[in-house]
Amino acid sequence: MRDRLIFAGQLLFTLTVAAFLVVPAILSISAGVTVNYFRGISSGVTLQWVFQVWDLYAGTILLSFVIAFATLAVTLLVGVPAAYALHTRGGRWSRIVEEVITLPIAIPGLAIALALILTYGGFGEFRRSWLFILVGHVIFTMPFMVRSVMAVFATVDIKTLDEGAASLGASPARRFLDVIVPNAVPGILAGALMVVTLSLGEFNLTWMLHTPSTKTLPIGLADSYASMRLEVASAYTLIFFIMIIPLLVAMQMFADRGQG
Amino acid sequence: MNVTGEHGASVRVETCGKTFVDGTRALEPATLDIARGETLVLLGPSGCGKTTMLRIIAGLELPDAGGKVLFDGKDMTSVPIEKRNVGMVFQSYALFPNMTVADNIGYGLKIRGVGKHERASRVAELVALTNITGLENRRITQLSGGQRQRVALARAVAIRPGILLLDEPLTALDAALRDRLRGELNRLLRALGITTIYVTHDQAEAMELGDRVVVMQKGVIAQIGTPREIYFEPNSRFVAEFIGAANIIEAPVENGQLLLPGGRQPIGGDANLTAALAMIRPETIGIVAAGSAPLSGTIDSVSFIGDRQRMIIGGASSKFITVDAPNTIKAKAGERVGLLIAPDAVRLLPPGN
Repeated sequence: MRDRLIFAGQLLFTLTVAAFLVVPAILSISAGVTVNYFRGISSGVTLQWVFQVWDLYAGTILLSFVIAFATLAVTLLVGVPAAYALHTRGGRWSRIVEEVITLPIAIPGLAIALALILTYGGFGEFRRSWLFILVGHVIFTMPFMVRSVMAVFATVDIKTLDEGAASLGASPARRFLDVIVPNAVPGILAGALMVVTLSLGEFNLTWMLHTPSTKTLPIGLADSYASMRLEVASAYTLIFFIMIIPLLVAMQMFADRGQG
Repeated sequence: MNVTGEHGASVRVETCGKTFVDGTRALEPATLDIARGETLVLLGPSGCGKTTMLRIIAGLELPDAGGKVLFDGKDMTSVPIEKRNVGMVFQSYALFPNMTVADNIGYGLKIRGVGKHERASRVAELVALTNITGLENRRITQLSGGQRQRVALARAVAIRPGILLLDEPLTALDAALRDRLRGELNRLLRALGITTIYVTHDQAEAMELGDRVVVMQKGVIAQIGTPREIYFEPNSRFVAEFIGAANIIEAPVENGQLLLPGGRQPIGGDANLTAALAMIRPETIGIVAAGSAPLSGTIDSVSFIGDRQRMIIGGASSKFITVDAPNTIKAKAGERVGLLIAPDAVRLLPPGN
């Protein structure tokens, strides 16, 4: 009897906490499909806000994905070889470089953005193009790629595999493609999903770096909250939600497989 | 079967030392000559520099300035490992988990641009040679330790290397498997006839596999010789104790006889000797009735091992003497026995070490 009471209490507590977190999300999403939020759901259900958001922000959403995948491409091309070099070299200098790469996680995005604007703001063309945001996103997401790839390297003794391939006559580039990359796939996948998700959701940095013609999903979201009716902003949240959830699920699946 | 195509290259290591960045001296400058087709074993306890020496020959480490590595007289010192045409078996095998057994064995051939057909037939040949038929399409993670060892060997030999380098290839295996694979490896190396450099800390492996054995200690070559020379004529106390079991006796000498608490033991060598550091192998000592040998002592303990029995004798020398006696002798602890030792079974070692 006492055990059941305790269990019921715990269950109630858990559900309350969960509801505290989940209800706002549900309310926000439901607001996006309500005809008039202030009159409540009784005013009817509609997709008109979702379509309106799509009409207004399709370009923004598209640019967000372009930036996210460009960020991924850069972090792959630079981050994976960098992780390999840092792992095989080792020593104090590698540690220092690793720390420097990791710094942007700790430094506020606003500070990084400010530094970028101070340094490169004068280059008008560059400042106005989406490449400016790309640079910010690469700086911010690079540590996640490098770290997750290095974590895999630490578990598979990549240095000996590399030496093994070298003893069979493979050049450094050949070794990297034939042996290093295939054996780092779990880390590369985990890092890639992390990079794409972070880039899609990044706000701090992007808010400072964006121009009216270079906006990403979260900037558009802030924009719509500030300037449109609540239903439109909520519909925006819904779209954002639909785009980001599959990525998060995929990330979790890879993480599980990596552990198994 | 002509598996390597040739009998490999000769190797010369010339005053190769190795100091690591942090200042530790892993290897004192050493010079070694390895004949074409010879199997040379680098033997020593961990940290003696044997693996460093192998890695210098392989091209995985650069020797300190002044050191040179020559293959067939050609200076290879600055040539990276991928251009040295060496086959290497690593202690952890370094098999590629992203490839099948067959792809692992064929990888070196693929790098050399060998066609698919020829590659497949060469892989088949090696699979048969190393007794792993049927495992070609397995993943590395699906193999046992012994199977991995064979794949690693097949992969290293597939490229017809000039020199085969093995870094403690049996250490990761359990004792019974190690013994069996040691015999197999020995037959295979003899059949290949290729120049082989083999690193191990196991003196039984070194004895069985090596044409010559290089005993190393603290980065220095202690002795180079055939297994027989190393065993019967060690040039230092370290080598004597590291190879097999040895009784080391330090005693005064008079008229060519060791003066011991249990009697006088005749020895060879200089008649004017006044003191000696001597080594006597346990199996060269005969157990006889007390009184029928110049030296005698009391049995402290007897352990029956099966093919022989190990007796610890007290009172004969200042320290206990170990004797490997035939398993037919019946003797108990506390009995007094004579120790019959031929003078030429007493090996005099240079004093001081």
